[in-house]
Amino acid sequence: MTVRVLLPRLLADTTGGRTSMSLDLPEPATVRALLDVLATEHPVFDRRVRDETGALRRHVNVYVDGEEVRRLSGLVTPVPAGAEVMVVQSVAGG
Amino acid sequence: MATTLLAIGTRKGLWLATSEDRRSWSLSAPHFLMTEVPSIGIDTRDGRTRLMVGVRSEHFGPTVLHSDDLGATWDEPAGGAIRFPADTGAAVERIWQLRPDSADRPGVVWAGCEPISVWRSDDGGEHFELCRGLWDHPHRSEWGAGYGGAAAHSVVPGPDGTVHVAMSTGGVYRTRDGGASWQPRNSGISAYFMPGPAPEFGQCVHKIARDAADPRRLYAQNHHGVYRSDDDGDSWTSIADGLPADFGFVMLADPRRGGRIWVVPLVADGERIPPDGELAVHRSDDAGSSWRRLDAGLPTHEYNAVLRDAACVDAGDPVGVYVGTRGGEVYASADEGESFSTVTSHLPDVLCVRAAVLP
Repeated sequence: MTVRVLLPRLLADTTGGRTSMSLDLPEPATVRALLDVLATEHPVFDRRVRDETGALRRHVNVYVDGEEVRRLSGLVTPVPAGAEVMVVQSVAGG
Repeated sequence: MATTLLAIGTRKGLWLATSEDRRSWSLSAPHFLMTEVPSIGIDTRDGRTRLMVGVRSEHFGPTVLHSDDLGATWDEPAGGAIRFPADTGAAVERIWQLRPDSADRPGVVWAGCEPISVWRSDDGGEHFELCRGLWDHPHRSEWGAGYGGAAAHSVVPGPDGTVHVAMSTGGVYRTRDGGASWQPRNSGISAYFMPGPAPEFGQCVHKIARDAADPRRLYAQNHHGVYRSDDDGDSWTSIADGLPADFGFVMLADPRRGGRIWVVPLVADGERIPPDGELAVHRSDDAGSSWRRLDAGLPTHEYNAVLRDAACVDAGDPVGVYVGTRGGEVYASADEGESFSTVTSHLPDVLCVRAAVLP
């Protein structure tokens, strides 16, 4: 299945300049599986959004079709075919 | 005259300053803008210059990058330079210290991190391995967090392979077996914030430094208290007499001359400003027996603190002394602190400075 992924512009240097892409994932897919696929191609991007325990960094948000995954099932939130998954930094810093 | 590089890490990026005379400076554009730079290492061993920085994004976490071309390009290993092994269940929060070892241990670089951990690299700071002996230390559950976080913020390798670290809170620990085992070394250091007599460990030692002539002699700026040890850290005695205050974060030792150290006093724990609102460096030439106030060229109106790594020395002759404030001012002395000139102003809070005479 194919999903649409939107990536933060601030991390474009870790994704070859890309801020969006289509990704093929085996079904059934989760947010973790999607990030694992991204990590194989873009390991530095992965370190920016997940720490070494695999947890999503505190100020990074992931939305699946507009729903923030921490309000759903976190990294095991299902990603359906055709979904739009947005990775974006939260409001933080000073 | 050789070029001196001064690297300035701030809360919102890194600036690189260069000078031929350590009085007039050229300042680079910011590197890693909007990213905190709490640690810098400049490695000039083997006749080359490698710049290492620990950066931390509020959003995207910490990482270590290095540059072999004075910041023109930066590299980081894809898998990261400092990553906790999976079995620890821990994640690096901030890299507090990057410290090249001595010339006779080329390639060895030490790192101190938050959560409290010490790391060793054997490839010039590209990959680090966790010192398990300290990570698995039975005292770990009793170490605490200073205001800035629970960190090993000082790593001081000695010529015989001994390494001292200082952590907040926990105090000074020493290893003599390459990091396999670590013993607390805080006898004589106060911990006024804890009831009863000073404990074996748990002190909030802010910074330690090693004497250039006698590697068994160490100096410490404590969370109230300034100390010297003449026995490799086994015992500490106060050298605060003659200072206007015993609080502060900085402890610098002259890399060329034994017995010479610099501190930057702040009034107190609850009043973290220079005494009388006047920035001054205090130098001792006799291992802390007496002190001289040095303030030529420093501001007489300064209410910002100097953080523990926001002061450094180079290895020039005479030694250069550098001080940065949380107000974003950076001062340099080309004459061992006798006089200072302004390197730059109005940067973000200065977290770290490191300087080196380039080979």
